[in-house]
Amino acid sequence: MTMNRQETEQLIQEVLEVYPDATGKQRAKHLMANDPTLEKSNKCLVTNKKALPGVMTARGCAYAGSKGVVWGPIKDMVNISHGPVGCGQLSRGGRRNYVTGYSGINVFAEMNFTSDFQEKDVVFGGDKKLATIIDEINTLFPLVKGISIQSECPVGLIGDDIEAVAKQKAKEIGKTIVPARCEGFRGVSQSLGHHVANDTLRDWVLSNRDGQEPTIESTPYDVVLTGDYNVGGDAWASRVLMESIGLRVIGQWSGDGTLSELELIPSLKPKLNLLHCYRSMNYISRHMEEKYGIPWLEYNFFGPTQIAKSLRAIAARFDETIQANVERVIAENQAEMDAIIAKFRPRLEGKRVMLFVGGLRPRHVIGAYEDLGMEIIGTGYEFAHNDDYDRTFKELQDGALIYDDATSFELEAFAERLKPDLIGSGIKEKFVFHKMGIPFRQLHSWDYSGPYHGYDGFAIFARDMDMAINNPCWKKMTPPWKQKAVGADLAEAA
Amino acid sequence: MPSVMLRNNAAGDLVFYITKKDQEETVVALEHSGPNAWGGEIELADGSRFYLEPFAQTPKLPMTVRVKRL
Ligand code: SF4
Repeated sequence: MTMNRQETEQLIQEVLEVYPDATGKQRAKHLMANDPTLEKSNKCLVTNKKALPGVMTARGCAYAGSKGVVWGPIKDMVNISHGPVGCGQLSRGGRRNYVTGYSGINVFAEMNFTSDFQEKDVVFGGDKKLATIIDEINTLFPLVKGISIQSECPVGLIGDDIEAVAKQKAKEIGKTIVPARCEGFRGVSQSLGHHVANDTLRDWVLSNRDGQEPTIESTPYDVVLTGDYNVGGDAWASRVLMESIGLRVIGQWSGDGTLSELELIPSLKPKLNLLHCYRSMNYISRHMEEKYGIPWLEYNFFGPTQIAKSLRAIAARFDETIQANVERVIAENQAEMDAIIAKFRPRLEGKRVMLFVGGLRPRHVIGAYEDLGMEIIGTGYEFAHNDDYDRTFKELQDGALIYDDATSFELEAFAERLKPDLIGSGIKEKFVFHKMGIPFRQLHSWDYSGPYHGYDGFAIFARDMDMAINNPCWKKMTPPWKQKAVGADLAEAA
Repeated sequence: MPSVMLRNNAAGDLVFYITKKDQEETVVALEHSGPNAWGGEIELADGSRFYLEPFAQTPKLPMTVRVKRL
């Protein structure tokens, strides 16, 4: 059943009734029924506000945004989780940012480095310890290209001067050292961490080679892939696609990226900066446009419809050779895409999906589902701002439910009422919905699968969605509420 | 005096980006749009108005400027 705007509004009202008045009023501003004709979201939606006390939110902290998302995947750097051991160790490897290289030799993305704060570091300050750690890292891992210091909460609370340590040590060891003030208590979600990380990239990395001649030659077909974190190999799928149309990828931010390629970008003056995750990397894209004159373009590589659209938009920025290449690549892949759709569409047609994810997926994956004949009945972001919702309305069907920073209660209540055939969200939501008997795919890390970007990715995406929804296990279980009442069997037998 | 970035979007419209608020808004009216003066009163799509000290020449965009709220 597809709901119209009025019915969706009605549903929102009913779900909100459970809350105390003040909470209900606040939460009402974060929920709405989609109207694809809207251009701006600021009149109808409040976003990027602190989660309310007493509800369960799916958000992370600024440290998660800076260390976990933006800095973490840069493979030839060591990112020190500066503070107690838990923040880094407990979040380690969760995002599956794939890298090539030899772990512990020239690649460090899979390892966890921490200053392991103890009571005495909090009392006497951790700057000395930080300096020692930097020396140790440089001795143990001589091929490390740079070090970033990712502050955890205590560092901000005790007022350590990590900038001074970074500057001094950078001079001593002759490598890039970046202090990031991304203490978890800053801001309302990981979104501020993205911003902090972008600002540190701007101040401590991008300008490092200003005024120097590039060490490799530039071509008129250079592009940068920004905001692609290589989750399950996504950035590689995008890169292959770019190379197949004749463009040269000179940098990846930051999935499978290196510090050197980031430092090299401004001097190579790439033609275009291709921005995938707008939320986490728009800041640095805007800066590169202003300072270095590198224009940016948002793109979407989920599902053949969106891929073709994005490829054509990219080609429009280049000459006829690239445009011809794009048409050729689209035509070459058409048969394979048709075969995938012919195979899976009959099995998935009309299935209804609810999404609740992070930076760009709540809107970017819609096209891929629609290519398979599926319908998005609700979507929402954990930490989006209004500009993300501005970009979402057009992608989403009329009347679909939009929830910003949905609480766990709201998600469950909506799922109970809307009865979706599939939910795509994170690990914290996964098992709740499994217990409700609803097929689920984890859309942050692709549920240990992927890549989902590009033509190759779509094949995997379609298979995974089919596996989740048409898994025979769902028919073999009877949830408690559908079982006969206890004792009914006995009564029958008697 | 908020700091804002002015840039042209893909459609060619002038866009006003409020860095602090991560908010993008299209400019619907610009008092002086060149060639001898560029700036002055700016009106945004949401109705809010700002004042930008006019430049003598049309500047190269994008550009970060300080504006006054009116
Ligand atoms: S909120 Fe603070 S203590 Fe918690 S994970 Fe983030 S940085 Fe660590």
